[in-house]
Amino acid sequence: MAAVIDHSRAPVEQPRVPVAGRARRARGARPRPNLLGGLGGWLWLVVIVVPIYYIVIGSFKSQTGYFDSNPLLPTPEPTLENYATVLDNGFFRYLANSAVVTAGAVVPAVLLAFMAAYPIVRSRSRVAGLANSMFLMGLALPLQATIVPIYLIIGELGLYDTLLGLVLPAIAFALPVTVLILSNFMRDIPRELFESMYVDGATNWTILWRLVLPMTRPALTTVAIYNALGVWNGFLFPLILTQSDEQRVLPLSLWSFQGEYSVNVPAILASVVLSTLPLVVVYVIGRRQLVSGLTAGFNR
Amino acid sequence: MTAATAARPSVARVAAPSAWYAAPAAAFFLVFAVLPVGALVVLSFTSWDGLSAIAFDGGESWRSVLTSEVTLAALGVTGKIMLFSFLVQAPASLLLGTFTAGRQRYRAVLAVLYFLPLLLSSAAVALAFKALLDPNFGIGTASGLDVLRQDWLGNSDLVLFVVVFVIAWQFVPFHTLIYQGGVRQIPRSLYEAAEIDGAGRVRQFFAITLPQLKYTIITSSTLMVVGSLTYFDLVFVLTAGGPGYATRLLPLHMYLTGFQANEMGAASAIGVLLVLLGLGLALVVQRLGGRDRAASEMEGA
Repeated sequence: MAAVIDHSRAPVEQPRVPVAGRARRARGARPRPNLLGGLGGWLWLVVIVVPIYYIVIGSFKSQTGYFDSNPLLPTPEPTLENYATVLDNGFFRYLANSAVVTAGAVVPAVLLAFMAAYPIVRSRSRVAGLANSMFLMGLALPLQATIVPIYLIIGELGLYDTLLGLVLPAIAFALPVTVLILSNFMRDIPRELFESMYVDGATNWTILWRLVLPMTRPALTTVAIYNALGVWNGFLFPLILTQSDEQRVLPLSLWSFQGEYSVNVPAILASVVLSTLPLVVVYVIGRRQLVSGLTAGFNR
Repeated sequence: MTAATAARPSVARVAAPSAWYAAPAAAFFLVFAVLPVGALVVLSFTSWDGLSAIAFDGGESWRSVLTSEVTLAALGVTGKIMLFSFLVQAPASLLLGTFTAGRQRYRAVLAVLYFLPLLLSSAAVALAFKALLDPNFGIGTASGLDVLRQDWLGNSDLVLFVVVFVIAWQFVPFHTLIYQGGVRQIPRSLYEAAEIDGAGRVRQFFAITLPQLKYTIITSSTLMVVGSLTYFDLVFVLTAGGPGYATRLLPLHMYLTGFQANEMGAASAIGVLLVLLGLGLALVVQRLGGRDRAASEMEGA
C-alpha cells in the first residue's frame, strides 16, 4: 500500500517507467534470481517425493528382499507378486464399491448444490439468505463430530452396512463447500445475460439450465473432482457404517489388509499404489481444471 | 435489503429465482447434518451401548467425560497438534503458494508434483509413513544417519511431532494451491510500482503480498484450524492414539469411546465438545481477521 502512495509522488516519471519495466520483463531478464525461494522449493520437493518414491520402489520388492535391502534403493529383482496378492484379495470389489459410493455421492451433491447456489446468488429473499447462512455455518462445523447420531440414523433407516448408507451422509457433508464454490462462480456471470434471457421470455428454470449451467461448467467440474477426492479417500464413515467384506471401500480395505498382512510390507505398499492409481489417472486428465478451479474457488 | 432492491429494480424484476431451488439441498443438509448435531446434544445426556435401548442418564455421560483424565489429555493433544500444525502449515503453504504463483516453468513443474500427496487417502499416507518410519527397516537404516534412526512412532516425546509432520505433508499441498490462487489475483501494477520505488523482494512480500492476501489467509486459516479437529483416519491408522495417550486426539477419543468402549453417550458428549470447539475457533479466526467473513459473503450476494 505504502508503495502505491509513494508512487504518486513521482507523477512525471509515471507514464514512461512502467513501460520500460514491462519491456524488460518481456525479454525474460529478471533482475536477480530468487535463490532462497528456489532452494526452499526444491527442498519441499524432496520432502514430498521421498515417501512417494519409497512406496513405489518398495511395492516391487519381494518380501524377503524388502527386509534385506536398503529401503531407499530400488531392488535389482523387481517382482509383481505383491500386486498379484492385492488383486487376489478382493481389490476389484473394493474398487467397484468405492466407485459406486463416489459417483452416488458426488453427482447428487453437485446437482443439489448447483440448484441451491442459484437462488443464493440471485434472490434477495430471506429464505435464500437463511439457506446460505446454514451452509456457511456448515463450513465451520467439524461434521465428523456427528458419527454417533449418524450411526444411529443410518441404523434406524435400515441402511447399516449398505453403500447407500455411505452415500447419504457424504452428499450432505459435501454440500457446504460445493455451494460456496459454485455461488462464488455464479456471482461472476454478468447481470446483462440474465436480463437479456429474461427479456426473451425465459423462465428462471430455463435460465438455470441454458445460461447458468454452461457458464459454471468449469466450476462444476472442479467441485466434482474435489468432492470425489474426499469421498473416494473417506475412511471414518465406512469404518463406522459398514462391516462386511462385500460393502468394503478401498481406504478401509487398506487398513484391514494391513491387519491381515502386517509383516508383508511390500504387499501393503502395493495396495497403497493400486488404491491411488485411479486418482492419479483422474489428476492427469483433469489437473488444469481442478487446480485452476480450486484456487479461484477459495479466493473470493 | 428493501433499499437495495429499490435501488436496482431491474435485478429484482429479472432474477428472483424461487428459494425452492435450494430446498432439496437444504433438506439433505438438515436431515444428515443439522439433525445429527441436534441428536448429538440429546444423545450426550443418555447412556447407550450402541445396541440396547437408549436411556437418559441425567448427565452421567457428561460427568464421566469431563472428569476423565483421558479427555483432558485428548484436549491437550488436540490443542498441541492444532497449534503446531498451524505454525508449520501456515507459513509453509503461504511461502510455497507465493513461490508457485511465479510464472517460471520449473515452478509450474514443481507445483504439479507438490499436488501429489492430495491424491493419497489418509489411510494410504499413514501406512506409507508407518513403513518408512520403522526403526529397523525404515529411513533411519536406509540413510545410515543416526539422527534418523529413531523409534519415531514409539517414542512418546517424538510421536506428536511426527504426526504434525505427516499431517503437514498431506495438507500443505492443498493450502499451497489456495495461496497460489490468491497471489495470482494480486494486481501486477502493485509490484511494478514497488519495483520502481526500489522495494526488494522481501519488502514486496511484506508490504504487498501479505496484506493483499488477507482474506485468503482467513479462509485458509479457518480451514486449517477447524480441519485439525477432523484429523482422525491418519492418526487412527498411524498410531491408533498411542503410545499410551500421546496422540489420542479428540475425534479419535470420541471414536474409541463410542465404538470400542461402547459408551455412545460419552462419545456424544465429546462430539458436542468438538462442535463447540469448531464453531468457537472459526469465530475467533474470523474476528482476528477483522471482518466477519460470513457477513461479507452475504453482502456479496
